[in-house]
Amino acid sequence: MNIEYFFNSLAFIKPEIVISLGVVVILSLDLFLKNGKKLLPYTSILFLLVTLYYLVEQMMVMEPAFKPIDYFPMVAVDSLGTFFKILVVVASVFLVLFTMITKEFDEKFDRFGEYYTLIFGMILGMFFMISATDLILIYLSIEMVSLSSYVLAGFLKPSKRSSEASLKYLIYGAVSSGTMLFGISLLFGLVGSTNLFEINKFFSMMGAPSVIVFFSVLLIFAGIGYKISSVPFHFWTPDVYEGAPTPITAYLSVASKAAGFALLIRFLKLGFIGDIVSDGIWSTLPVFNWQDFLVIISILTMTLGNFAALWQDNVKRMLAYSSIAHAGYLLAALAVQTEAGVLAVMIYFAIYLLMNLGAFLVVIIINNQVNSEHIDDYDGLGYSMPYLGVMLGLFLVSLTGLPPTAGFIGKLYVFLALLDKNMLVLALIVLLNSVISLYYYIRVLKHMFLNKKKEAVEQVPNKIFESSVVFILGAPVLIFGIFFTPLVDFAKTSIHFLFSAF
Amino acid sequence: MQSFPLLTVITFLPIFGMFLVLFLPKNNDKLIKIFTLFITSAQVVLAALIWSMYDYSLGGVYSAESFQFVEKAEWIKISGIAWLGTIKVDYFVGIDGISAPMVLLTALICFIATLSSWNIPHSIKGYFAMFLLLDAGMMGVFVALDFFLFYIFWELMLLPMYFLIGIWGGPRKEYAAIKFFIYTLFGSIFILLAMIGLYLSVQEVMPDGSKVFTFNMLSMMDPNLYTQDGILSHLNPNNFRLLAFLGLFVGFAIKIPMFPFHTWLPDAHVEAPTPISVILAGVLLKMGTYGILRINYPMFPEITHQLAWWIALFGMINIVYGALVAMAQKDFKKLIAYSSVSHMGFVMLGMAALNTAGISGAILQMFNHGTITAMLFLIVGVIYDRSHTRGLYDFGGLANQMPVYTGFVTVAFFAAIGLPGLSGFISEAFVFLGAFSVESIRIITIISTLGILLGAGYMLWTLQRVFLGELNPKWSGLKDLDFREYAMLVPLTLIIIILGIFPSIMLDFMNTSVNTMVDFLIKNQQLFSNIIQ
Repeated sequence: MNIEYFFNSLAFIKPEIVISLGVVVILSLDLFLKNGKKLLPYTSILFLLVTLYYLVEQMMVMEPAFKPIDYFPMVAVDSLGTFFKILVVVASVFLVLFTMITKEFDEKFDRFGEYYTLIFGMILGMFFMISATDLILIYLSIEMVSLSSYVLAGFLKPSKRSSEASLKYLIYGAVSSGTMLFGISLLFGLVGSTNLFEINKFFSMMGAPSVIVFFSVLLIFAGIGYKISSVPFHFWTPDVYEGAPTPITAYLSVASKAAGFALLIRFLKLGFIGDIVSDGIWSTLPVFNWQDFLVIISILTMTLGNFAALWQDNVKRMLAYSSIAHAGYLLAALAVQTEAGVLAVMIYFAIYLLMNLGAFLVVIIINNQVNSEHIDDYDGLGYSMPYLGVMLGLFLVSLTGLPPTAGFIGKLYVFLALLDKNMLVLALIVLLNSVISLYYYIRVLKHMFLNKKKEAVEQVPNKIFESSVVFILGAPVLIFGIFFTPLVDFAKTSIHFLFSAF
Repeated sequence: MQSFPLLTVITFLPIFGMFLVLFLPKNNDKLIKIFTLFITSAQVVLAALIWSMYDYSLGGVYSAESFQFVEKAEWIKISGIAWLGTIKVDYFVGIDGISAPMVLLTALICFIATLSSWNIPHSIKGYFAMFLLLDAGMMGVFVALDFFLFYIFWELMLLPMYFLIGIWGGPRKEYAAIKFFIYTLFGSIFILLAMIGLYLSVQEVMPDGSKVFTFNMLSMMDPNLYTQDGILSHLNPNNFRLLAFLGLFVGFAIKIPMFPFHTWLPDAHVEAPTPISVILAGVLLKMGTYGILRINYPMFPEITHQLAWWIALFGMINIVYGALVAMAQKDFKKLIAYSSVSHMGFVMLGMAALNTAGISGAILQMFNHGTITAMLFLIVGVIYDRSHTRGLYDFGGLANQMPVYTGFVTVAFFAAIGLPGLSGFISEAFVFLGAFSVESIRIITIISTLGILLGAGYMLWTLQRVFLGELNPKWSGLKDLDFREYAMLVPLTLIIIILGIFPSIMLDFMNTSVNTMVDFLIKNQQLFSNIIQ
């Protein structure tokens, strides 16, 4: 055994190292400096930007890391991972900004040290989720993300809602990770290894589908499905999203979902795909029928998410169900099992990040003003806060997927992938779902613009900082809707460096 | 030919105007109104310019060379491997004899609707911003020759329409607005699916010899550009062409609105403020039939021939059913809404004839219905502004009280009935002429003539109920038309009368294109179906 490989591999995890340093620095700042708390957000952003720098440097790299000689690697560094890591970092920067904007943490709140530390811990976990190629590392990273997010969800200790959210999250999380662990152990019993490459090798020799593989995949999917909140592992989502501090809700709905999808893509790709035939079509190993499985899960997820969202009166909760529905659309793109499908997932996710964060940010700012997330309290807000009203309208229209917003481009790529493989029925179901989703998104606009407030309307002045963050999120939503070449090119170059088993 | 980008300017002028409106001072209502009026009248001038420069000898329909005022520029091009994310979208606009009348109509109706918007009670700034966005969306649909561009414009008008009905509408505005939105979005998802299917089936040859998928509508009409295994390619034995045709047809039929998808229309019309009703009836409904002519017909000629009988049948149902329901209405606006359903049926019947007379009649009917129904809605608006009621039985004897107004009403009503000498007659005559000469739909045509009879019935009955007889003393204070109302009604009346006497003004416009279209349909019907074997 040679220790050299370990040191060689460190070069590939520079972003992860920066994040770990961030944890240490933030903790020490909080502990040792008197006025350290004020510096925390800026320090966090600084570390995130350094991470971003190393990630951009890592674009176009496709290397195995932590690879013992004559053995398979623990971590794959490739552009798919880097793409999703960049999304996570961008979401984290916005999380810091959101935390500065929101008034949910009251003045006496002094635990920002732990808050940022936990966020950085979560980022580290997500980074490993994105690039892990070994089931043990996958499990560990999922746990790392989960443990941080349980605490973050319950960070508003005095609020009953927040504590309830945290507890529910913990219980559901514990059950699904236990289930996942059981699935991993079954697979280990069968294959004799936890490495995805080893598993792939075993499956390609096995040929026929088997009951054990079927069950172990179902059980492992419980863990992944819980992270991306797909049906039937979605039950925690509405309660946690409603109860958690809104910045954390926004973050969970974007970043941890991104990590979950990256993990799912890698798990599927490394474990179950034989090789890529012409036209980027994946040939799945016959041990497990991923296509049918994903089609069913995706139809259930989007339909349930949309129908449940119809009845919500709390905007945060509505957005929670809507994020379930979006997970369904993404799963539909993944079910195609082509590189075009993965490309669609990447493009959709980049856009989803912008529009979902944007919607949550407007909810935060409105909550600062009217101290409520109930839809009835949005009556007439379009007149008292015209700028925010229009921007929320833009984000919601984009979430519906109407042109000329970026959301349409995301959907367009999903349909391109689906129709290219003649999956007409699934495409139709996705489309019908977006018609349903129109109803609840437009309902918010209805309350803001069509319903009049009883009291006289007076304009609330915009704060420059808040407004510009909203603008930073809103401008690309419109620009990518009209001119999406840069985004697609970015995703395309990323997918060319997709790590594959052979 | 010309270097000035007329079509781009006429399409994007309202969007430019919208941004300026947003920056105008909020409280200066008059300035906003006059500015919008300026924008829409500039559009009318541009439309007149297009008309004067239009070359009647060019056919258009399928060949890029014979389209006019063409502008083409690369908009989005993502190159690389064919199956992976590559997309080529062009900014490609141009008009031929089918779209040119619609462009004129849109400019005219938007101008008149601006005049009619003078009395909008509140949130003037928002109203005119939305109004201009809607204007741009409609204009864009009629000039776009790239499917992607077409779809973006098509969807672009949904949101402004939702707000225009939902904020400035009548008592049940929210219901009507969401119903309109959901119906149209439901329709457009089928258009989207068919669009993507077509995109994946058609490859354009680039100058360097490589082949790329394309959204170019004209390429989609060329049977030689379809790929071997495209989902909507006629070369593929398991293609979904029939399904795609139906999808597109349903998407467009909802806009027409065709029975049984028409139920959003009465609600939208009744709740919408007058100018929006005018736009809805005058332009929006035409987008449905225009879409069928522009997309369904030339891209699926073989299926068009197969299903022409059904299009005629639904046209007939629209005509008769719309007329019968109109007869039962007690609300003036609802009556006209249902008469719209009936009159759009004539368009469908004419289209289904698939011969020159029929299609010319259909396009002319689109134009005429746009002007006549716009006028009818303005007429309802005039009386509603004064009396705040639209009940047909609330009035009576207005002819003595408002003689000039009644004069305009009579012209509009008789034009709607199809009295010779007024424009409605010509287009209906052409429709029947075309449809009757086709043997398979002759019976349908004969039944459809009932629509004229019923039309005369409900129109004359309305005239009698509202304008003749004893004057209800409640309305003895009503004033006759003011200057602004003259400005709205006079141009429309003139057009109705002039087109009734010299229909060739419009017919010349579309003649070459319609002939080209008919030839093209027959020729391509064989091309598209021969290769299947």
